[in-house]
Amino acid sequence: MPDLLIELFSEEIPARMQRRAAADLQKLMTDGLVDAGLTYAGAVAHVTPRRLALSVQGLTAESPTTTETRRGPRVDAPQKALDGFLRSTGLTREQLEEQDDKKGRVFIAKITQAGRPADAIVADVLDKIIRTFPWPKSMRWGAGSLRWVRPLRRILCILSDEDGARVVPLDVDGIVSGDMTEGHRFMAPEPFRVTSFDDYEAKLKRSRVVLSSQERAEAIWQDATNQAFAAGLEVVEDAGLLAEVAGLVEWPVVLMGKIGADFLELPPEVLQTSMKEHQKFFSVRDKAGKITRFITVANRETADDGATILAGNDRVLSARLADAKFFWENDLRVAKSSVEPWLDALSNVTFHAKLGSQKTRIERIAALARELAPTIGADPDLAERAAQIAKADLSSEMVYEFPELQGLMGRYYAEAAGEDPAVAAACQDHYCPLGPSDDVPTAPVSVTVALADKLDTLAGFWAIDEKPTGSKDPYALRRAALGVIRLVLSGEISTKLLALLRVATENHLAWFTSHDEPLDPFDGIDEADLGQEQRQVKRQALYQKGEYLAARAEKIRAWTGLRISCGQQPTELLSFFHDRLKVYLRDEGVRHDVIDACLTGERTDDLADLTARARALNAFLGTENGENLLQGYKRAANILSQAEENGGVEYSYGADPKLAETEEERALFAALATTKPGIDAALSAEDYPAAMQALATLRGPIDAFFEAVQVNADNDIVRRNRLNMLSEIVRTGEKIADLTRVGA
Amino acid sequence: MSAPDAPRSFQEIILRLQTYWASKGCAILQPYDMEVGAGTFHPATTLRSLGDKAWAAAYVQPSRRPTDGRYGENPNRLQHYYQYQVLIKPSPPDLQELYLGSLKAIGIDFDLHDIRFVEDDWESPTLGAWGLGWEVWCDGMEVSQFTYFQQVGGHDCQPVSGELTYGLERLAMYVLGVDHVMDMPFNDPQTPIALTYGDIFRQTEEEYARWNFDTADTAVLLKQFEEAERHCAEILAQEAHDPKTGKRIVMAHPAYDQCIKASHMFNLLDARGVISVTERQSYIGRVRALAKMCADAFVQTEAGGWTPNAA
Repeated sequence: MPDLLIELFSEEIPARMQRRAAADLQKLMTDGLVDAGLTYAGAVAHVTPRRLALSVQGLTAESPTTTETRRGPRVDAPQKALDGFLRSTGLTREQLEEQDDKKGRVFIAKITQAGRPADAIVADVLDKIIRTFPWPKSMRWGAGSLRWVRPLRRILCILSDEDGARVVPLDVDGIVSGDMTEGHRFMAPEPFRVTSFDDYEAKLKRSRVVLSSQERAEAIWQDATNQAFAAGLEVVEDAGLLAEVAGLVEWPVVLMGKIGADFLELPPEVLQTSMKEHQKFFSVRDKAGKITRFITVANRETADDGATILAGNDRVLSARLADAKFFWENDLRVAKSSVEPWLDALSNVTFHAKLGSQKTRIERIAALARELAPTIGADPDLAERAAQIAKADLSSEMVYEFPELQGLMGRYYAEAAGEDPAVAAACQDHYCPLGPSDDVPTAPVSVTVALADKLDTLAGFWAIDEKPTGSKDPYALRRAALGVIRLVLSGEISTKLLALLRVATENHLAWFTSHDEPLDPFDGIDEADLGQEQRQVKRQALYQKGEYLAARAEKIRAWTGLRISCGQQPTELLSFFHDRLKVYLRDEGVRHDVIDACLTGERTDDLADLTARARALNAFLGTENGENLLQGYKRAANILSQAEENGGVEYSYGADPKLAETEEERALFAALATTKPGIDAALSAEDYPAAMQALATLRGPIDAFFEAVQVNADNDIVRRNRLNMLSEIVRTGEKIADLTRVGA
Repeated sequence: MSAPDAPRSFQEIILRLQTYWASKGCAILQPYDMEVGAGTFHPATTLRSLGDKAWAAAYVQPSRRPTDGRYGENPNRLQHYYQYQVLIKPSPPDLQELYLGSLKAIGIDFDLHDIRFVEDDWESPTLGAWGLGWEVWCDGMEVSQFTYFQQVGGHDCQPVSGELTYGLERLAMYVLGVDHVMDMPFNDPQTPIALTYGDIFRQTEEEYARWNFDTADTAVLLKQFEEAERHCAEILAQEAHDPKTGKRIVMAHPAYDQCIKASHMFNLLDARGVISVTERQSYIGRVRALAKMCADAFVQTEAGGWTPNAA
């Protein structure tokens, strides 16, 4: 059982690609070996900046010999059929056997596939992998045509067993396999020979290369935390940075340096971002959370214990932070005097070619925020102000340099300018929530601007027909809709979403048709592919461009304005929200059909209410009472709808208990009379779980009623009275959901 | 940086690089005589990276980035600076080692310093060019760009050129241990007439910064951009056959000069702040279109690999 060792030695592999490459090499190689008939006991892949390595233990020495029996044509078949059979099996007439079959005597071919030694299989599989490796980005070099992530320099490929190690011969575009590799680029560059994985790993360590990226990361983290601890400080955790840094070194040496006193007043996020993005430094903070030092990881030991390296890094950092400080101070100066220049500058920044500049976008969001504020319980003036300045920091020098600090810098600058704290907070929080696990803002002004921002985005991209399709969602509209859903649910905000979507849509359509340069958001799209409202906008843009039609454009504007406001877009968007809500609630275990059942009636644009109903119903259906009541309810609803259909009437007159004939009927009347007020009260308090509880008490009486009573009595008065009673039950349930749409 | 053979001035670093790359077989060329944004724009790189003819050249290229002007006050930002550029085609297998040798030649001691190759994919939208490689770090500072060209002017590079670009001021400041570029000794500080970088360039940085940011006549710049654009296309529209000499003369280089000019005009317009974000893309696209046309033309010349038989 030989062991296989492969090392693909190249120029420096980008850190971000390393982990995936190791996994790919392991999977492709082991899959290839298994497909070729070999088995193995275990495999492990490793990666450093300069090498991808794979060790496969306990590989079978050769693939088994296989024999396949194939039935051919009858022996008396025409020559043509025999020829074809010989061709397809690769055998001669003499090698065929004959055998009796149900159909007569037929030819039989026994094709033997001889086993192949592991060496040949490894060579074939590895050759193919190297030529087709799935790097996210690969390149050619020199005069060759081979592609690799960076130039590939060596292929080490050996099989080792009790008799020793042997090279698996392989030649990929002139790179000939061998059993040699080399150590650290500077500390131990001499090539050496290896005989097994253990030998390889040990010799590498002697040559100042730690093969395992995990081991490198652990060593870095341990040393970093130790050094920080010794100074009474702690390292700011950053798993992504740790993985990246471990992918930049073969022999990690941790060095800690101090941040110049000049820079300690910069916001901690700025220090951290600048150090991480530019220098790949870890931040080190004191007990009060202030960042005072940095950790850098060098790739070598030096005679001066890293003093020169640290001094160099320190100088580079100072230059970087001097830039950051320059930006910070300039920005503060602008922010404190007036935010207007920043806002004006945003009129030159395109949000989307068809949706105008960031400035026009901000104006729309501000208008919508003002409209929304009362619903959320925010001060409309503050909400409007917050929306107006929330994106001003996009013009700042700091955000230009570090886009990931957008929002956060906005908060700092708004605070410096003396804006209301609620406004400043909204500058940072209105982007949230971004991811599904992000915190959701709760302050009313922040929530208002966050909602207005997302609704405006959705209405805009919908209006220019850039809806998400399949896996494509370039403008992250699903994320925006999910953000709205999470904001509404966590704040238990009761909104008339449809009305808001209408306002957001009208804001856009008004902009399309009113701004100075008539803009055709559907440029290049054929009219025939557009909806009614979109077509009007397009037509109007075209008209407006021609001066001779100016007067006519005026009329069209008035007319389209009217038409557009009752367009289909808000309704379409609402069902997009419903789809997203289904996905969101499904993750928390609410059944699809339950949500569908709740999507009836007039209040489906109140997502908070809709969700409350769906959650209550879902929980209720999980109980025995719920499941049984559902059956009774459905029966009632069926009988009622059949009767209404046949009679062409609606049974909605109050039922009269006096007309009840049987005990069970009277009991149901009584139960209904006692429960109904409770249900109504719970419903008007929007306490759906309580309403469901109350409804559940009807389960017994309903079951008993259907057990004993024939609804369609001969006496028409009695029959109608019973139908009216069923109607009362059904209408009550409908206030929560259309229960007939819930599956069994 | 106190090794006994440490260089003492900016020019000594340049001279050592020249000597080193000459010893490695590069033709030491002189700067291109036009305003360019980076050493890559020199036809010795852009055009010579195309086609299948072997090439090895190294040169200093004065480069201009009008938006980076800081009136000579910023310790390391300049609107006019120097790049050292090496281009070898096909890229030799030991290019990394050759490069490291050049760092050693200017006095960087690998026993004390930490040299790293950090992923950096290079792309020039104006040249329609891209390549893969690294930025090279010395103790956390970027000292060079190292790129394997994959495409230039929309053409696949075959064979691939290896390109090295050193930002000379920054590298020299590091090697010489100087904190402000203007304080850097330009010639030997022991010499009777010792000159610093500031003695030579502080005034011009001021003059150009004022002109770049506030005074350059945008109407003139715009006109020159458009003229260069038009002229480039006109040059390339000419028949390859020259009626006067009767020879086949494709005028790739004169056309490329116009492309360089357009690119510089665009940079100046950008510094004057008259180009909006949306327009920016369109200007870049226009320069790229010129670069592509020039690349198309160059591969129709002998230097670009054209042979009479192939036609």
